[in-house]
Amino acid sequence: MVKIIYADHSGTEREVDANVGESVMEAAVRNNIPGIDADCGGACACATCHVYVDPEFLPKTGEQEAMEQSMLDFADGVQENSRLSCQISVSAELEGMKVTTPESQH
Amino acid sequence: MSADQKIVIIGAGQAGGQAAASLRQAGFEGMITMVGDEPAPPYQRPPLSKAYLKGKLDRERLFLKPLQFYEDSNITLKTGVSAQKLDRAAKTVALSDGETLDYDTLIIATGSRPRALPLPGAESSNVFDLRTLSDIDVLKPNVQEGRRLLIVGAGYIGLEAAAAACELGLEVTVLEMADRVLARVTSPVMSEFYQKLHETHGVTIKTGAMLAELQTQDGAVTAGVLKSGDVIPCDLVLVGIGILPNEEIASEAGIACKNGILVDRDARTNDPSVYAIGDCAHRPLVHYGRDGRLESVHNAIEQGKIVAAHIMAAKRPVEDVPWFWSDQYDVKLQIAGLSQDYDEAVVRGEPTTNSFAVFYFRSGRLISVDAVNAPAEFLTAKRLIAANADISPELVVDQKKTMKDILAEAMAGQK
Ligand SMILES: Cc1cc2nc3c(=O)[nH]c(=O)nc-3n(C[C@H](O)[C@H](O)[C@H](O)COP(=O)(O)OP(=O)(O)OC[C@H]3O[C@@H](n4cnc5c(N)ncnc54)[C@H](O)[C@@H]3O)c2cc1C
Ligand code: FES
Repeated sequence: MVKIIYADHSGTEREVDANVGESVMEAAVRNNIPGIDADCGGACACATCHVYVDPEFLPKTGEQEAMEQSMLDFADGVQENSRLSCQISVSAELEGMKVTTPESQH
Repeated sequence: MSADQKIVIIGAGQAGGQAAASLRQAGFEGMITMVGDEPAPPYQRPPLSKAYLKGKLDRERLFLKPLQFYEDSNITLKTGVSAQKLDRAAKTVALSDGETLDYDTLIIATGSRPRALPLPGAESSNVFDLRTLSDIDVLKPNVQEGRRLLIVGAGYIGLEAAAAACELGLEVTVLEMADRVLARVTSPVMSEFYQKLHETHGVTIKTGAMLAELQTQDGAVTAGVLKSGDVIPCDLVLVGIGILPNEEIASEAGIACKNGILVDRDARTNDPSVYAIGDCAHRPLVHYGRDGRLESVHNAIEQGKIVAAHIMAAKRPVEDVPWFWSDQYDVKLQIAGLSQDYDEAVVRGEPTTNSFAVFYFRSGRLISVDAVNAPAEFLTAKRLIAANADISPELVVDQKKTMKDILAEAMAGQK
C-alpha cells in the first residue's frame, strides 16, 4: 500500500491507500475521489484525469509519453507539474505524494 | 427529491453505473436499486477487445467501482437478474428472480446486443461474440498462438480484436461485406489506412466478402465458405457485425422507440417517470440538429450524468461533442464528432507517417475529425465543433500552422 493524497482545487484533502502497479487515476476512482472523471478509463484518450503533482515528486512519476504531452497541451489550466493521472503508475517511491485536481476537467 | 423516493435502474453497465454514482454524488437520498443480467458489477467494455483480450489487464481493473462502493453508497445492486416486464400504470418492474420492484422513477440503461450471424452453424461452440466479459472469458482460452481466427465484420471492435489476436500470434482473416473496412463509420482514406495497417501486421483482409456458409464438424465450425466459393479454414470465429439496442422492455410497455428508446435532452422518454440512457437510447444530437443513437462510453457517461441532474432538478450538464476512440497495434484513433453525412473530407498530415487527421465538413462547416496518433487535432476539433466555428478546409490542412494557431484563428473569427 502506498499513501497518495488527493487535494481538490479548494484545498480539501483525501488520503488513499493505493496499490503498487495501479495508476494514480485508478486509485482515485476506486476511492471515489471527486474531480477525476477518467472517462476513457486510462486509455490516454480523454484528458479528464488531469492532476497537478507535488513538484518534489514529479521526477519520480516517470517519463511522459508524446501522447500524454500533446493531450496535456490542450487541457485547461496546464502547469509545469501537470500530468494525466492514468499515466502515473503507483510505486513505493510515491509514498506520501500529493496531487491536486484542477477546477474543471475540460 | 425526497428521501422516500425509489429509483430503479435496469441494466448495470457503463450508463447505469454512472447514473447511480452521479445520483448519490448529487445528494439523492432515496432508494436506488440497479438490476443487471450479467454476473459482474458495472464494468468498462473498451478493454475487452484490447488490453483484456491480450491478457494485459486484470478482471477487477475493468470494474467501474469496487463492489464495496455499492454497499457504502447504499445502492442495491442485483446482478445476474434480468428485468422482464415493465408495468407503467402500476409503476413496477418484474424481475427474473420472481421479485417485483416498485419505482417512482425508472432509468432504462439496457445497452445493446450483438447482431447474430444469420447462418446455420452460428451457434457452434467455437463461434464467439465480442460484447460481454463472459464472452471474452470463454473466448480467451481459445485464443492461442498458431490458431486460425476468422473475424466476421470489419468494424472498430472486429478490427481491434484482429489486432489483439494478431499480436498474440494467431493467423487472422477478417471478412467484410462492404467494399472497404469500416465502411459504415468512416471515409475511404481511413479505411485504406486501417486495411494497410492490418495487412502490414500479417492480417488477411477480404472486402466485398459475403459469408455464405459455415462448415461444421462435431458442433464446431471448421471453415467459412464465401459466396464467391472461397473456403477459409478456421479454428474459431468471432462475430462483429453490429449491435441492436435493447429497447424491447420499453417498446412492449408502449414507450416510443425508433432504433432505440426515444428520449429528449434530459434523457426522458414519453413517460415522464421513465428515462433511457446509453446505447439503448435515441437522443437529440444538439451539435447536429438531429436525433441519433450513439454507441460510446462518452455517451453512456454523459447521459448518466444528465439523468441524475434532471432527477435532482439540477442544471443539465453541457453536452459534449460526441467522441470515441479505438486502439489497434500502436495506433490510437480519436474521433471527435459524427462524420456520417459529410460532403467534403480533407487530410492534414500524411497517412504513411502513421500520424494524420481527416477533417470532415458539411455545407462548409466542420462536423467531425478522425485523428490518428494526433491528439492535438482531436482536442482542437472537439472545441471547434462545440463552438460551431467558422473554419475552412484550407486552414486545417495548412501544416505550417500548429493546431494552436488554427484554434486561435478560428475562435477569433467567432467574435
Ligand atoms: C468490445 C467493445 C469495445 C468497445 N470499445 C469502445 C471504445 O474504445 N470507446 C468507446 O467509446 N466505446 C467503446 N465501446 C462501446 C461502449 O462500451 C458502450 O457504448 C457502452 O458500454 C454503453 O454503455 P451502456 O450502459 O449503454 O450499455 P452496457 O455497458 O452494454 O450495459 C447495459 C447492461 O444492461 C444489461 N441488460 C440488458 N437488458 C437487461 C434487462 N432486461 N435486465 C437487466 N439487465 C439488462 C446488459 O446485459 C448490460 O450489462 C466498446 C464496446 C465493446 C463491446
Ligand atoms: S483517464 Fe482518460 S486520459 Fe486518463
